[in-house]
Amino acid sequence: MTSTDEKWLEKKISRRSMLKITGASAAGAAVLASGMGGVAKAFGFDILEDDATAQNKVRFYGKHQSGITTDTTTHVYFASLNVLVESQNELQELFKTWTPLAVRLMNGEQLEEMSQGVFTPPKDTGESIGLDASNLTITFGVGPSLFDNKKLGLGTKKPAELKELPHFPKDQIDDQYSGGDICIQACADDPQVAFHAVRNLVRAASGKVTLKWTQTGFTSMPKEKDKKATPRNLFAFKDGTVNPSPKNDTDMKEVVWVQPDDSQSWMTNGTYLVVRKIQMHLETWDRTSLKAQEDTFGRHRDSGAPIGKKNEFDEVDLDSKDTTGNPHISADSHMALARKVKDRILRRGFSYASGLIDETGAYDAGLLFISFQKNPQQFINIQNALGRADKLNEYITHRGSGVFACFPGVQKGSYIGEKLFNAF
Amino acid sequence: MKKMPVLLSTLLISAALAGCAEKEASSQPEEATAEPIDLQEEVDAYKEFAIEQMNEFVLETEKFTEAVKSGDMEKAKELYPLARMYFERSEPIAESFGDLDPRIDARLADIQEAGQGEENWSGYHKIEYGLWEENTTEGYAEVADQLLTDTKELRARVETVDVTPDLMVTGAVDLLNEVSTSKITGEEEIYSHTDLYDFQANVEGAEKIFRILEPEITEKDKALTENLETKFDALYALLDKHRTGENGFVSYEELTAEDTKQLSEAVNQLGEPLSQMGIIME
Repeated sequence: MTSTDEKWLEKKISRRSMLKITGASAAGAAVLASGMGGVAKAFGFDILEDDATAQNKVRFYGKHQSGITTDTTTHVYFASLNVLVESQNELQELFKTWTPLAVRLMNGEQLEEMSQGVFTPPKDTGESIGLDASNLTITFGVGPSLFDNKKLGLGTKKPAELKELPHFPKDQIDDQYSGGDICIQACADDPQVAFHAVRNLVRAASGKVTLKWTQTGFTSMPKEKDKKATPRNLFAFKDGTVNPSPKNDTDMKEVVWVQPDDSQSWMTNGTYLVVRKIQMHLETWDRTSLKAQEDTFGRHRDSGAPIGKKNEFDEVDLDSKDTTGNPHISADSHMALARKVKDRILRRGFSYASGLIDETGAYDAGLLFISFQKNPQQFINIQNALGRADKLNEYITHRGSGVFACFPGVQKGSYIGEKLFNAF
Repeated sequence: MKKMPVLLSTLLISAALAGCAEKEASSQPEEATAEPIDLQEEVDAYKEFAIEQMNEFVLETEKFTEAVKSGDMEKAKELYPLARMYFERSEPIAESFGDLDPRIDARLADIQEAGQGEENWSGYHKIEYGLWEENTTEGYAEVADQLLTDTKELRARVETVDVTPDLMVTGAVDLLNEVSTSKITGEEEIYSHTDLYDFQANVEGAEKIFRILEPEITEKDKALTENLETKFDALYALLDKHRTGENGFVSYEELTAEDTKQLSEAVNQLGEPLSQMGIIME
């Protein structure tokens, strides 16, 4: 951080954001109040607090990062970055700089209380002024390439399971939407709030990171009997019916959260994020008969029920046959293939619509598939099971891919990724 | 007296107010020390630089227009990008004259955008069109004469420009913005593709402003100076990769998408800290 940065932070930090010094001492941090009695500091960065009074706010601090098992929001701005820093120390400083900024953003606050000097650009880009926190979550992860960067000296801390995903049948992966050293997933119930978060984090890291690829996404959950129903993808099918419930701790421990001794120690309570940019060929889909559409998924479109059943959550019976003796659900339907695998993942996907494909004039639209799992192998097994056979392949093309190790949550007094840097 | 750093002044005033009543302490003490800082020396230095550049610009334009009029294509093509660099370096000053700037530097697209026809087009880019697109100097003698007249008038009027610290700081950022929006896209020199010359000159122009203000900046924020040094070095190093001959650059058309992306990112990484130079006026 430059000294000007410190100055504005010290000068304008809101009182309710300040950390009680005693709390930080308990965390074992060497905390000093600044001369202004303003911002508490540990290890040279500012410690801010979650603002309990903020509207529509998700907590920043906790055992796990937000944006994984917290409620799905209606918008995402996903960014993959490459680092320009050339030492581990600089990388560590970057995450220290980001930590208080992330707290402020998730509090729905501006990065400065009001515009400061008129001869310099404002600290905050400002487009979220007047908007509340909008359930903003910011999830940070690191990709395999970060550990392969010799200058950063993190090679020995690379978890064995963290490697770029293998090539799957029919993949058309474009480097333009793939990989990256760091990912930032910003989810919010307002698209402007989500974009603002990434924009300001990247701007605060000018010269230290560069954007590799980004993707916006949206999803909407219809209300059924006052409860949020399963959202639909752009093919109109319900997406995530068999998702484990994020509210079920046992399931989350089994599926999502890395447990002690599962991996490198710094990953405990963290998880792996898999992202796939999947183009959906809307034009061809829209000229497919309803029966063929339903056969592709193995479910009824409107109800989401397995074919031959009435309700979305009715038991799937792959052996059930219609009156002519044919199976209700064909063996190469998306659902039948997916169910052959025991592995489970937590899906948190979004749709996207990003203009047109230049060469064809077709919609550049589809699914920004995001899943969380304690080991990327869970995703790989499922994807392999779908393989060439999946009827859905005719209507989709995987164009982008990434895998990121998401740190465990941040404790007050600590910073994003601290466990990675302090791991032995 | 220079304005006290805000932090210090607030501290002093807070201490002074310590014994006062609550309501007084809630007033805004920071305004009390606001006083414009004196940057006359820096302003003078910059004006001197601009005049130097303009003197050279006139001399080089003279050589260039002579080559055009004598039909020496090769010489004219060689001089074209080099002469323009003096103009590009001092663009924050040159563009203060809303009438002269387009007469010297307008592209056909600018003219059309302003709702005018080709007959209103004059200056460097019109001759660029002749040299590279029509492959001739014929019929351009009048344009050359007018260009030289306009250049001399620009030189004379530079004396009258009211240079301010704000113009300098804004000008430095504007120079980089020019690069980001037109040079990096190859839109400035669409016939000659000599965009990298303009690019280099714009960056040098921004660096000159930084160098003049450097002591002030260092005094306020040493880390900012160090950061700017690094970012200027990085950008120059990238530009150096595309040099050819003694003092030339490769054609814009030889740059790959990866090259322009790298250059563009380096410009943005310099632009962010450069925009912080305004702290010297706070």
